[in-house]
Amino acid sequence: MKSRHKKLALIAGAIAVFGIIVGLVLNALNSNIALFKSPTEVAAGHYPKDQLFRIGGLVKEGSIQRQADGVTIRFIVTDTEHDIPVDYVGILPDLFKEGKGAVAQGRLQPDGTFKAQEVLAKHDENYMPPEAAKALNDAHARGVQKQAEQEAAATAQPKKTY
Amino acid sequence: MTDRFNLYHYASPATFYPLAGRLIPWFAALAAIFGLIGLYIGMLVAPTDFQQGEGYRIIFIHVPASWMSMFIYLVMAFWAAIGLAFNTRLSGMMARALAPTGALMAFLSLWTGALWGKPMWGTWWVWDARLTSELILLFLYIGYMALVAAIDDPRRGDKAGGLLLLVGVVNVPIIYFSVKWWNTLHQGSSVNLAKSSMAEVMLWAMLLVALSFWMYSIAVAFARVRTLILERERNADWVKAELAGDRP
Repeated sequence: MKSRHKKLALIAGAIAVFGIIVGLVLNALNSNIALFKSPTEVAAGHYPKDQLFRIGGLVKEGSIQRQADGVTIRFIVTDTEHDIPVDYVGILPDLFKEGKGAVAQGRLQPDGTFKAQEVLAKHDENYMPPEAAKALNDAHARGVQKQAEQEAAATAQPKKTY
Repeated sequence: MTDRFNLYHYASPATFYPLAGRLIPWFAALAAIFGLIGLYIGMLVAPTDFQQGEGYRIIFIHVPASWMSMFIYLVMAFWAAIGLAFNTRLSGMMARALAPTGALMAFLSLWTGALWGKPMWGTWWVWDARLTSELILLFLYIGYMALVAAIDDPRRGDKAGGLLLLVGVVNVPIIYFSVKWWNTLHQGSSVNLAKSSMAEVMLWAMLLVALSFWMYSIAVAFARVRTLILERERNADWVKAELAGDRP
């Protein structure tokens, strides 16, 4: 083995070792690197009790309501397993919509609602023209309907066993 | 020299200098052509996005700049490894020549990201894993430039800088996979080698601008490395001849 090849192997080895160290550190810090907690984590009690933190998930369909005081907005953040009701006073980003992702920073109140100081919209990585999005949506709706029909047909006609 | 194509031949500053000089106009021209076509398609031909409207068009700068900022760092780390292992003169100069362009790309990525984040997410900046690791990349570039500039002996500067580059290379996969490993405000990647979740016209525009950024980076890095070669080899005969006006 030539000395320069030895040197190259040494460098590669050092980088690999360093990479593993950083990987382990990041793994240990995992929960601190995450920007937000999911409703399931919050339900399990894995959140800081006396300080601000963020929750994230989908804004539940049909859950956005303006409260009687005219400025408070209430909506539900869900990860489909658990729901957290959120109260927020302030301006919402344009992309904040029902069925889309959102991240809220604030505190959990004793009654289980989350009082948010800041609400951010989280969008997905899909980019397409509106017609394509509509076509996709329609196809999805047809698929869901078809599946529902099949299930209904399956339950209506019990299997013949002869 | 053997008669077959020999890479080592071009590893010598004296032969690389004129080669780089001949190639620069080609890369610069390609950068302009790809950039103009890419931006034309991106700004005027590509359709409006179904959820972000016209605002998404900053992607045509943001994503190519972000890719470039990560890729240039990998190339610099590659040169650093070659330089440390084989003690070649040109490698250190290549790494130095790329650094300002890499820093520019990282800055562009953060800046366009902030401009994009405000209208879409509702904030200029958030300390999520993707944004923070890209900021660290910018600091690595700046730190590298400061370090090599602070050491008077250029070869020693190259060695110290090379070490920093190699240690910092661990940050690049962290940037790339951050949106997979942790929950972040930044969305996942739209494009990788296997699939794309963008309309085809949008994808083409983005790839053309990315190609243009590649060509631009090569052109300016070559221009910079030529200056570095002249500076470091100023006592060599061929440089004296070059500067006196008769091209070798």
